[in-house]
Amino acid sequence: MSKTERTGVVRDINGPIVTVELPGIRHGEQVKIGDLGLFGEVISLNGDRAVVQTYESTDGVRPGEPAQGLGWPLSVELGPGLMGGIFDGVQRPLEKIALQSGDYIRRGIDVAALDRSRQWAFEPNRDLESGQPVGPGTRLGSVQETETVLHQILVPPGIHGELEEIAPAGEYDIESTIARVRAANGHSERLRMYHRWPVRTPRPYLRRDDGIAPLITGQRVIDTFFPQLKGGKGAVPGPFGAGKTVVQQQIARWSNADIVIYVGCGERGNELVDVLETFPELDDPYTGRKLMERTLLVANTSNMPVVAREASVYVGITMAEYYRDMGYDVVMLADSTSRWAEALREVSGRLGQMPVEEGYPAYLASRLAAVYERAGRVQTHGDRSGSVTLIGAVSPPGGDFSEPVTSHTKDIIETFWALSKELADARHYPSIDWVTSFSGHVHTAAQWWHEQVDPSWEERRREALALLARDAELSRIVNLVGPEALSSSQRWDLEAAALIKEGVLQQSALDEIDTFCSPEKQFALLDLALTIYDLGTELVSRGVPVQELQRLPLLSRARRVKSLYKSEQLDEIEAFRAETEQALENLRLEYAKQEEQA
Amino acid sequence: MSIKEYRTAAEARGGLLVMKNTPGVAFGDRVSIEDHTGGIRNGQVIRASEDSVLILVFEGVEDLDLENTWVRFLDAPVEIALSPELLGREFNGLGEPRDGRPPILSSLRRAVGGSAINPAARTYPREFIQTGVSTIDGLNSLVRGQKLPIFTGSGLPHNRLAAQIVRQARLKNEDAAFSIVFAAMGVSYADAKFFRDEFASSGVLRNVVMFVNLADDPPVERLTLPRTALTAAEYLAYDLDRHVLVVMTDMTYYAEALREVATAKGDVPARKGYPGYLYSDLAEIYERCGRIHNRHGSITMMPVVSMPSDDITHPIPDLTGYITEGQIVLSRELDNQGIYPPVHISPSLSRLMKDGIGKDDTREDHPRVAAQLYALYARALETRNLASIIGADELSTHDRRYLTFADAFDRRFVGQAETEDRSIEATLDLAWELMSIFPKDALTRVSEADIGKYYQEEDEAQAAAAAGGPSSGTTTAVQSYGTRRQKKRKSGSGAQPSTV
Ligand SMILES: Nc1ncnc2c1ncn2[C@@H]1O[C@H](COP(=O)(O)OP(=O)(O)OP(=O)(O)O)[C@@H](O)[C@H]1O
Ligand SMILES: [Mg+2]
Repeated sequence: MSKTERTGVVRDINGPIVTVELPGIRHGEQVKIGDLGLFGEVISLNGDRAVVQTYESTDGVRPGEPAQGLGWPLSVELGPGLMGGIFDGVQRPLEKIALQSGDYIRRGIDVAALDRSRQWAFEPNRDLESGQPVGPGTRLGSVQETETVLHQILVPPGIHGELEEIAPAGEYDIESTIARVRAANGHSERLRMYHRWPVRTPRPYLRRDDGIAPLITGQRVIDTFFPQLKGGKGAVPGPFGAGKTVVQQQIARWSNADIVIYVGCGERGNELVDVLETFPELDDPYTGRKLMERTLLVANTSNMPVVAREASVYVGITMAEYYRDMGYDVVMLADSTSRWAEALREVSGRLGQMPVEEGYPAYLASRLAAVYERAGRVQTHGDRSGSVTLIGAVSPPGGDFSEPVTSHTKDIIETFWALSKELADARHYPSIDWVTSFSGHVHTAAQWWHEQVDPSWEERRREALALLARDAELSRIVNLVGPEALSSSQRWDLEAAALIKEGVLQQSALDEIDTFCSPEKQFALLDLALTIYDLGTELVSRGVPVQELQRLPLLSRARRVKSLYKSEQLDEIEAFRAETEQALENLRLEYAKQEEQA
Repeated sequence: MSIKEYRTAAEARGGLLVMKNTPGVAFGDRVSIEDHTGGIRNGQVIRASEDSVLILVFEGVEDLDLENTWVRFLDAPVEIALSPELLGREFNGLGEPRDGRPPILSSLRRAVGGSAINPAARTYPREFIQTGVSTIDGLNSLVRGQKLPIFTGSGLPHNRLAAQIVRQARLKNEDAAFSIVFAAMGVSYADAKFFRDEFASSGVLRNVVMFVNLADDPPVERLTLPRTALTAAEYLAYDLDRHVLVVMTDMTYYAEALREVATAKGDVPARKGYPGYLYSDLAEIYERCGRIHNRHGSITMMPVVSMPSDDITHPIPDLTGYITEGQIVLSRELDNQGIYPPVHISPSLSRLMKDGIGKDDTREDHPRVAAQLYALYARALETRNLASIIGADELSTHDRRYLTFADAFDRRFVGQAETEDRSIEATLDLAWELMSIFPKDALTRVSEADIGKYYQEEDEAQAAAAAGGPSSGTTTAVQSYGTRRQKKRKSGSGAQPSTV
């Protein structure tokens, strides 16, 4: 990256797309536009003219104003001080901006992402000695970034050589030199606790690994039915109000990831405020620490400039890769990738590019795939194992899943949590439709569940899904000819499916107890419902009328167990289950007696 | 900089004017256009390059004689003058008086485009607004700072509902009335008059600012009208510390005007001819609502969005739903049955309800009652469907309860008089009365403690059932809340476990 600054002139302003005359400018280079100094990025070149997409509103800019090439592409700062923060789509710290420009975002503000004045307690890696060869990923030391996150200071990509010196333990700001490395050509490189990285370039790693462990989200329909792996890619499509944001926020809250990056991309301001206001109060169920300590927000709300929205996803994923390189399991949530795609569409439209479907440019699919491709579990330079799980919300117009963004996304991802308007309208939450959703990770996840929770997990899961499939079939019949057409065992199937839906699948994010459900409790609830089903089936086959079973109060109680007992109260659930078995057994005996008497 | 005048108009079409050889004009600036008759039109620069400038003309370009059109670039953005004198006045989309009174004189002028609220400066909206309408307060509660549109269809009583809400909306423990900003785009003279009369007769007129563009006014002006109105709302809320309720009707005409201009500009269409940026454009408007740290005032927004052909998946309601914090959906079917307000609860939603209701805000059982009613109603609709296929007689006794419930719910919970201002307690009590049609075991969304405290035992529930039975017909007049039998509330709040 050369640091030479070039100057030129603004020629045309068409909304966020500005044409400048700037000889020698490069594709992708950052440009400062006009007297206000608005930031933008070159997206196409034609002779001496460059087309720049600007991250801020161009109101008031005139042809003839100056333009300046900055010599580097859109990059982010990577170092301690990111966690717990909220940044805009080009990584400007919104809390600091609020201090400088008030409640509304003023244009042309230039604030660095990382705080220069803050001191960090640097603890050097004691195993390193000067003279030792170091390379990308070599651990120089660490700082405690938040109570939960130990921030590893690593040699950045691209730096190889011999360690000349390393700073002793102490308080440093991020501009201080904490190590020097002599490269093969004799040049001595100063290393600080932070470096910059161009967001459109994936950060390098040693190799890719397969995912092995499920990402536990504490949400039953996800973990038990459509599991995601650490390092996986998933999508949550659904019409407005179906629950995409709630699913994503629940994952941000309760997943067993080390780091959570939440990208609010073209969505509501209040949804980010919700995270900002509640996460500092919520306890991480795994560490007991406050959730905000491991969370970072990127916010380009729907009313913020559309070009920065396109950038925000890359800014988010680059930070995710950075923490992955430290050996962490990172989850990045992007709400919503459709708004990101629309930003692409808007820019391509203004450039006069040929649209292919619904106004989207031909490169939509490849861009989408390239973004998702940055997820994965990897062996890092420096030999750590880390992962980025990427989960994108998709907002199909009119809830139509055949539209371009949903259909291309579906081809790329491995886990598809399809939200249904019908379920949402009936307030069945999460409204993840068990018929159209899928997970390519069930088999891998099963190994984990079998070792950690119960060896019959995969079988129980299958039984439940089979019952739900039967339920769908039978419901169709009922809707055609009425319930009278069903046999009593079929009616019991419907009853048991209702129990699975209400007692297992439905999970209110607002229920204090049920908002998070441990894997053990998930299995206990599933097994409880299926046990009732199995025993009931036997009773029905012996001639016990379904109404007798329906009348049992424990059946309605079984639907509440999820919010009666916390994840730790497995014994209580077990006791309830024993009680249930007993009640059903009593019914069997009673019935047998009646039979005998008759 | 001196203001230059140009006579270099080269082209005019679809609300747009192209000027040649006008160097140094700023993007977004305001333009004044004098046509051949001496009439003045207003415009805004929407594309600026060295050799040509594209202008959006709010009054349209009809009859322009390019040879005799004089254009002045005013070197300022589109802005309005602000002062407390706004209240009680009526303006057009550019902030010019429509009431025959003089323009607002004030040194305080603000650009109507606004800028984005820093999300870090927002406060999450949580204060429950009682609208007195059961389907809203009980099931889709509105909070201060929320944007909650009414999705409607032609001929449905959305205006009456909006007016009822304006009349009745208040915080539970506060008397402070809302200031109203009323923005009308493309509505009929009769509709505008309805609101004007409504404000006058309820005595709030002095607390209202109206921005009006009627169906026969220039459509392009609709593009700036909501922005002008919201600039006024922001002034009232953040400079004058008022709580502002913005009623905007009808956003569909706004979006149609946007499409008209987009088509003229040659923008690539996304769905149904609407430009791809319709989402961002609507969001710029809707997201101006909210609450901000350390500011006393607030902006609550209630846009009216009519669904072309009653189709909720049409781009305008669809994109609105993707931006707003829920929606209140009116149903033609309920309206046909004479039920007012015909709110269809299934597709209706309030996303900000969760933090505005419950123990400290409304009543402790409120969130669970809402969930329970939704669950019962969903099943009741299925049952109704089934009954229409196989006949109600074929249903089990249990299923018949759902039919009873559905009818009672539509008539008594959804239905209420236009003048009826139900307190939230009355709404919740009514909910329990209806829920008590079912045996306790069927109520799995409420807690056992709720049941212990609020469930109505058999005798009363039967009375309720009788009052709302399907045999009593569905199109009868609304039965008011006051006539129902008072329940006797059990003392104590201890859990009343339904036995296993
Ligand atoms: N798991 C859940 N538990 C309880 N309520 C839920 C749940 N999921 C969704 N909801 C309810 O549904 C509402 C809408 O959900 P959400 O905001 O996530 O929708 P969305 O799909 O993101 O919509 P949009 O596309 O418009 O952003 C929530 O405000 C909440 O009331
Ligand atoms: Mg959402």
